[in-house]
Amino acid sequence: MNTPTSTQAAASGSDIPRARISRSFWHSVARRLSRDPVTIACTTVLLVIALVAVFAPVIAPYDPYKTSILVRLAPMGHPDHLLGTDELGRDLLTRLIYGARTSLFMGFAPILLATLIGGTLGIVAGYAGGATNMIIMRTIDVFYAFPSVLLAVAISGVLGAGIFNSLVSLTLVFIPSLARVGESVTTQVRNQDFVVAARATGASDWQIIRGHVLSNVVGPVMIYASSLVSVAIVLASGLSFLGLGIVPPEAEWGSMLSTLRPAIYIAPMNAILPGIMIFVTSMCANLISDGLRTAMDVKV
Amino acid sequence: MNATTGNTEADRKAGLEQPILAAENLKKYFPLGGSFFRSQTAYVKGVDDVSFDVRKGETLGIVGESGCGKSTTARVLIRLLTPDSGVVRINGKVVGAPDGISVRDMRRRVQMVFQDSYASLNPRLTIEDSVTFGLRANGVPKKAALEKAHEILGLVGLEPDLFAQRYSHEISGGQRQRVNIARALALSPEVVILDEAVSALDKSVEAQVLNLLQDLKQSLDLTYVFISHDLNVVQYVSDRVMVMYLGKSIEIGPVEDIYARPLHPYTRGLLASRLPMDPRRRVQSAPVTGDPPNPVNPPSGCRFRTRCAWAEHVCAQREPQLTEARGAHRVACHAHIPGSGHSGPAKWEGVDAD
Repeated sequence: MNTPTSTQAAASGSDIPRARISRSFWHSVARRLSRDPVTIACTTVLLVIALVAVFAPVIAPYDPYKTSILVRLAPMGHPDHLLGTDELGRDLLTRLIYGARTSLFMGFAPILLATLIGGTLGIVAGYAGGATNMIIMRTIDVFYAFPSVLLAVAISGVLGAGIFNSLVSLTLVFIPSLARVGESVTTQVRNQDFVVAARATGASDWQIIRGHVLSNVVGPVMIYASSLVSVAIVLASGLSFLGLGIVPPEAEWGSMLSTLRPAIYIAPMNAILPGIMIFVTSMCANLISDGLRTAMDVKV
Repeated sequence: MNATTGNTEADRKAGLEQPILAAENLKKYFPLGGSFFRSQTAYVKGVDDVSFDVRKGETLGIVGESGCGKSTTARVLIRLLTPDSGVVRINGKVVGAPDGISVRDMRRRVQMVFQDSYASLNPRLTIEDSVTFGLRANGVPKKAALEKAHEILGLVGLEPDLFAQRYSHEISGGQRQRVNIARALALSPEVVILDEAVSALDKSVEAQVLNLLQDLKQSLDLTYVFISHDLNVVQYVSDRVMVMYLGKSIEIGPVEDIYARPLHPYTRGLLASRLPMDPRRRVQSAPVTGDPPNPVNPPSGCRFRTRCAWAEHVCAQREPQLTEARGAHRVACHAHIPGSGHSGPAKWEGVDAD
């Protein structure tokens, strides 16, 4: 950051007429992110996976459901099947490509929903304080009593398998922790003098939340949410693995891992492939989250 | 105080005589130890029955040691805290009363500058956004708000072209406090409450900001309530001074009068505790000893009696009321109230009489 020096030069009486140096906070975060090679690389990987998932019908060489008794568990590098086939002779590359659709969706959609719902609950609880805070936060504390995996399994077990029910159960699992982050940051911000000063101008609560609270709360909540994406992917895969998530024959990395599990001694590479995809995707999400945290850690 | 009759009476004598801001019997008690399961039993009497007037165009200084209720008074005045009893009047109209002036309208006329220049600016907003926020919240269109903000920034000595787009961490403490002043002035208030507004600044910057405040007062026709623990600064800026002790107003009067001939033993002690310019006349022993008593359970009668050299029997019996001593100079001390049963003020060595 060498911008302050240039302004000081301008301020100390040189001929520079204007020094429009500052930009918005998010602008500077984006600029710092774009200079971080790890974040760039991870974003690229995720984007490629996302694009492949979107264009799956165009890219995938085979029908993901077409089985063949003749080429079961074909090894990697098979002339017809680049990454081999699974236990029913379905093309693995195709299934991985189609699986990216559900797996990415299950990684991002619940987090997005939980951030919206949990963040709102947290901001309301933190800003209102008092009895409202107590009712919201104590209710959320109840969810903390259960380990998140157990909670997801329990909710999915009650609702039954299927993509929509998994979405609901994962969202419910992530709401409490996101609400708690939102609440603690809002409580800090609420008592700052600038919020008090804003109240003294006669601004309404809604105007204060929009103008002063959100800008300070969105950052920490977003960092935390992005770190949860990988957890969501793994958890969704876990649900599918247990038969509580995506129903076969639909392709999903977790359920593929589950069905290929018995084959791990016969064709280990085939069985590991979905696991590698889960690992790469969640790793990328985590590293982007780290980069985001560093980029937002501005000395303010 | 009956709000309705008070209002019409105030309307009748509206004019120069009428105080622009008046506090009447303000009380603010903070409950202690109360929680969901336990009922509140004790209260900190932050502001206990304080009344004063601020006349148009003057600066009223409020002094006192930490915890005496200066800031609480300020926050009650601008309704960041709701008083437990008592009323605040703006131009005679009761704030928050149905036939008075709404809290929202009051806030357009009364603004406040806080002590911590850093904490009172949102780190995520540019300076112009901080200044325009109040205007936008009051329905001023964006373009007009920006123009107004730039104009005010110019008034407080911050070239808008250089500073408008910066963030609070990109400017110095003095500049930040100028932004806070600009923010308070953006709504064109009549009264500005300065709560320790210069206390956190370096002495040289403090002087600049004080001069700026004096200039703004002239050019914008402002009225100040200036809260500080710094006796010299209060002497410099104030027309009248109110001294507070443990939630009470104990002495109020014209600044020259208070500083030259303080009546209350606490005010005398405060003034005697200042460092003299002449090192040969330095303070030999502390003029006021001990800590202030616990505000949860203040002493009976006069709250200062536990630290007062003049304390007599009557001081524990009855609480002294603010009583006119010399013209506009009023004091709450039995020693200065004729017929109170007190034998009268002792000779005091710490402060020169005249």
